[in-house]
Amino acid sequence: MSARAVVTGIGVVAPSGIGADAHWRTVLDRTRRTGPITLFDAEGYPTTVAGEVAGFTAGEYADTRQLVQTDRWTHLGFAATRLALADAGLPARAPDPYGYAVTLASSSGGNLFGQRELQRLWGGPSRTVGAYQSIAWFYAASVGQLSIHHQFKGPCGVLVAEAAGGLDSLAHAVRTVRRGTPVVIAGATECPLSPYALTCHLASGLLSGVADPAGAYRPFDAAASGYVPAEGGAVFVVEDRAHALDRGARIYGEITGWAATHDASHTTASTGVAAGPDTGPAEATPATADPAGPADPIWYARALRLALDRAGVTPDEVDVVLPDALGVPRYDRAEAAALRAVFADRPPPVTTQKPLTGRAHQGGSALDVATALLAFRHDTLPASAGPEDPADGCDLDFLREHRRPRSRVALVGARGFDGFNSALVLRGAPPPRQGER
Amino acid sequence: MTAPRPTGAGPTGAASGRRTVVTGVGVVAPGGVTRDRFWKTITEGRTATRRITFFDPSPYRSQIAAECDFDPDAAGITLAERRRADRYVQFALACSAEALADSGLDLTDADRAVTGVVLGTAVGGTMALEQEYVTVSDAGRHWLVDHRLGGPYLYPALVPSSLAADVACRHGLHGPAQVISTGCTSGIDAIGYAHQLIVDGEAEIVLAGAADSPISPVTVASFDAIKATSPDNDDPAHASRPFDADRHGFVLAEGAAVLVLEEAEHARRRGAHVYCEVAGYANRSNGYHMTGLRPDGVEMGLAIAAALRQGRLDPGQVSYISAHGSGTRQNDRHETAAFKWALGPAAYQVPISSIKSMVGHSLGAIGSIEMAACALAIEYGVVPPTANWSTRDPECDLDYVPNEAREVPVDVALSVGSGFGGFQSAMIFRRVGRPTRGGGPLPTSTAAERAA
Repeated sequence: MSARAVVTGIGVVAPSGIGADAHWRTVLDRTRRTGPITLFDAEGYPTTVAGEVAGFTAGEYADTRQLVQTDRWTHLGFAATRLALADAGLPARAPDPYGYAVTLASSSGGNLFGQRELQRLWGGPSRTVGAYQSIAWFYAASVGQLSIHHQFKGPCGVLVAEAAGGLDSLAHAVRTVRRGTPVVIAGATECPLSPYALTCHLASGLLSGVADPAGAYRPFDAAASGYVPAEGGAVFVVEDRAHALDRGARIYGEITGWAATHDASHTTASTGVAAGPDTGPAEATPATADPAGPADPIWYARALRLALDRAGVTPDEVDVVLPDALGVPRYDRAEAAALRAVFADRPPPVTTQKPLTGRAHQGGSALDVATALLAFRHDTLPASAGPEDPADGCDLDFLREHRRPRSRVALVGARGFDGFNSALVLRGAPPPRQGER
Repeated sequence: MTAPRPTGAGPTGAASGRRTVVTGVGVVAPGGVTRDRFWKTITEGRTATRRITFFDPSPYRSQIAAECDFDPDAAGITLAERRRADRYVQFALACSAEALADSGLDLTDADRAVTGVVLGTAVGGTMALEQEYVTVSDAGRHWLVDHRLGGPYLYPALVPSSLAADVACRHGLHGPAQVISTGCTSGIDAIGYAHQLIVDGEAEIVLAGAADSPISPVTVASFDAIKATSPDNDDPAHASRPFDADRHGFVLAEGAAVLVLEEAEHARRRGAHVYCEVAGYANRSNGYHMTGLRPDGVEMGLAIAAALRQGRLDPGQVSYISAHGSGTRQNDRHETAAFKWALGPAAYQVPISSIKSMVGHSLGAIGSIEMAACALAIEYGVVPPTANWSTRDPECDLDYVPNEAREVPVDVALSVGSGFGGFQSAMIFRRVGRPTRGGGPLPTSTAAERAA
């Protein structure tokens, strides 16, 4: 019998708040945390709204030496990991280094740091970069730093599947636990908010150009206009269940199923686009692309179904679905179609909190996992942040009010740019009795 | 097309009895694109390092690299792919096509549903990102870069997940797709991840490998800043000198390799040619320093020991080691210590070589290129040499197969990688068709090992 993997710690550093409690309050109150970009002057860009982590002081989570060597994305990772370990009741320094590992997802590395160094190289007189560029920009920077700082010396990993990888990192944590490493830190943080990263991002044609933060990101809504980018994410302690029970750890829930598939076709935007004159959707769409291809829900549906099968869960046992919620009409319709296909036209309640935070790519899918586990912890399925006016083809059973969970099974779906589909099934632990921690 | 129902009983961990074999190999390397030319280059001991031609390298400390003479047309890269894909992705497209053709697979729709793509890269689309950056920033003049000047494929350049996506799109593959980016161990770790997917029943076939094309000013400057690369600009052909007493750093390179990994029974049923099987894979982190290595090599040693245990192999059964052998002072010493730590006296008997002496260090890609070399070494019974070796270093006192390839039966090939971030990875390929000891569930890491 393979080991079972449970989540015993949650560290959230996201626009919704710093710490799981702050995130949960934002979700319960349905407070939107997106707003005008402050990390740089975004006035001249077609997208001016983002989800930033307000009040984040990196110095509270790492020392100066660590901070100067790393990008803001890694700073967010330092904080989320520290919070997750504390939440799990584990020490900051692994007591059994080879029994601890860290596998995070990162879709674009150290953007702010990288752009500063590119500017120094190309704009300065010396044709040099700083000594830390080689260790700050690349995608493995956060995992390497965390491994060193916390003495996680087991099998570490770094995954990239655009937005889907947050779920993949948790799946890989389970594989790693099953192979004998009892504690694996997993999840993702991101910081795609530098002028150049935003410029790259705009070329996708998927960002919202709506300047009013309240209306910029409206997945499944008739007024959907693309999505709002965000920074941050969530990091988890994934643990061998026996190890967790031995040390009397609080268990949020078990990761019981997972799957990934690929569409084998590229993402093409057909609407909801905020691109510059030279990067419009027509330009961004190769003539060879099959317009029906990427929005075809078959392979996304298969990932959802596979994850349920592996979890040994029938569709009617699912309590709640946390969807990808891209906010681009054809992809929203495709996601709704996939859910109808998997659930035989009777999908369970759907809730998305992404409009509150923006879309933090791999960090965003990890954040959905945090929301699901906290929902079971607090015995409350949170109402969905929209849609107010569901678009044609997006008529799902969106949770309109908070309510009690029943079967305590959540299905989380995520899709990544250019065809990645991932799904995760979580079984929540029973809620704590009164007076319990 | 409708998707077949999910197959397989789902993940069953390492005790499933499923095995992974290698049935196809594709390579893009300096000194000769394609698998056969790569093998010829490294077995003839020819070096492919030269003065950088992609840009004027004169402002930089290290002005040399191992570049690929890659012709996208000859490699069958379509016009649409060339517009979309950065150079490293084109390498992967070429390797994937070569590996698939080599495997003889004629993929059905049912096969495509269970065929994944797992590719590694250390720096992804750096080359395209830097070129576009120069345009949108007006050569670094503006922090608030002009988004209107950016090309339509900037987003796939920003997110290296496009590496796996483009290969999946080319071949219509719908299984799990993933990019692994653990720096310079990415190439081994990607094959390791793919191997785990197959063992766990999450895929039947995986195109697994890695690609990097980092020869651009920002990468060259990054390694200049920490003096990791060789400054031997006067003699590029002899600049990569792994295990030699007179070594001065690694030589940057580009390249890619993709292997077709296949569940053993699937390969047997179709009568596939099998190069070898994946006998073991393990990785550890040193938790020590982002770029520095502890001289004792314990974590690399632990990774090797764990990989041997998975394959139920004794140290004395290893017939070849493809070393990380980057040619930095500290790496080659560290690695030599790791071999002694893991293999004991057997470390002195086994031929060890670093093909980086010839094709340079292509960061994330090289781990997969070295696994391709291991598969070919098993296939042909030839061990490639360590070129440019002339002076013995007292701290590197093993058999590094200096300068000339050696004909020797290779039943078990071990390859290791070591990367920024402290990552240490080990993978073992084994010739198939001979009995193995034991049976039953594979051991997992023990408390004793973790305590080591």
